[in-house]
Amino acid sequence: MLATIAMITGFLLILIGLYGALSNRNILRMIVAFTVANTGVNLVLVAVGYMNGRTAPILNDAIAAGEAISRIIDPVPQALVLTAIVIGVGITALMLAYTYKLYQTRGSLDIARHTELKW
Amino acid sequence: MIKRFTVMLLLAGLGAIFAGLIQNYVPDEELNLTAAYYAAHTAKDIGAANIVTAIIVTYRGLDTLGEVTVLFLTAAIIGLVLSQGNRQQQQPQRKLPPPGELLVTGTRLLLPLILLFGAYVFTHGHLTPGGGFQGGAIIASAMLLLLLSNPLKRFSHRLITVVESASGLAFVIIGLLGMVWAGGFLDNRILSTGTFGELFSAGAIPIIYALVGLKVGAEFSSMLVSLSETEEL
Repeated sequence: MLATIAMITGFLLILIGLYGALSNRNILRMIVAFTVANTGVNLVLVAVGYMNGRTAPILNDAIAAGEAISRIIDPVPQALVLTAIVIGVGITALMLAYTYKLYQTRGSLDIARHTELKW
Repeated sequence: MIKRFTVMLLLAGLGAIFAGLIQNYVPDEELNLTAAYYAAHTAKDIGAANIVTAIIVTYRGLDTLGEVTVLFLTAAIIGLVLSQGNRQQQQPQRKLPPPGELLVTGTRLLLPLILLFGAYVFTHGHLTPGGGFQGGAIIASAMLLLLLSNPLKRFSHRLITVVESASGLAFVIIGLLGMVWAGGFLDNRILSTGTFGELFSAGAIPIIYALVGLKVGAEFSSMLVSLSETEEL
């Protein structure tokens, strides 16, 4: 149940993000929309690894090493999402840097003013 | 109008695909083969209490090395893209209002605490939720606080580069030592795995994660500094 709710939320965030990226004309707003979609993807990935009635993949007094297999949730999606978050920060920073350069050349953040790649 | 319609059509199609995915989603009852291997062998082989850390630093250590390389490239490209053009150190056009008393005192109070917390997070990555990437981000947030309290502050790019390259180099050297003294590249058992759950345990994982933390902190700080230097005053 919890995993389904998280998954629906994640998919909704992806849709909201894509809608924002496709319908906005301001490049900064598009970047914000992309980060929203990125968050949605991460949420879906973590939700896939969730299992009912189990706990976080950290062994301590409560979970002995021997019974870990039957007590913890899947740790692999969490490791992947950690990577995805860090790379997402890098991508956002790159987009912002290029946006700054675009603003310097045209003096405008409106995507319609940047026509070089238009066909 | 037609544009908006196309966007809506596209999103409706994607939404239908997502709905189908959710409807047919059956959560696993048991861990799959890979996850079960990690759950069963981490405590014995790696000695790390946090299984996610064991996966990131040891089982998939090569991916992490690639990840910090991608981050390094990002920081380098941002520096390159933003450095062209207005490099000349222009004096501020107008007199900046002084930062408030609260901000200055608050920065002085919080800065060491934030740095300490960042170091705590990356040295305890093998025991608690956290690790090099999170700790590095916390350290970079301390740099952001400094920049907020004094927008004219200039950090030494040289120092950032030295920290970044030295920790990256040490990371690779520890990985290579793993090939000589243990099972393979980035094997953490070049040091004893120690007592399970202690700070000095899990072999080389705390050292590797501390290096990753310094490297990520330096890279994020370099991005922040590059972006802040574009600010027109």
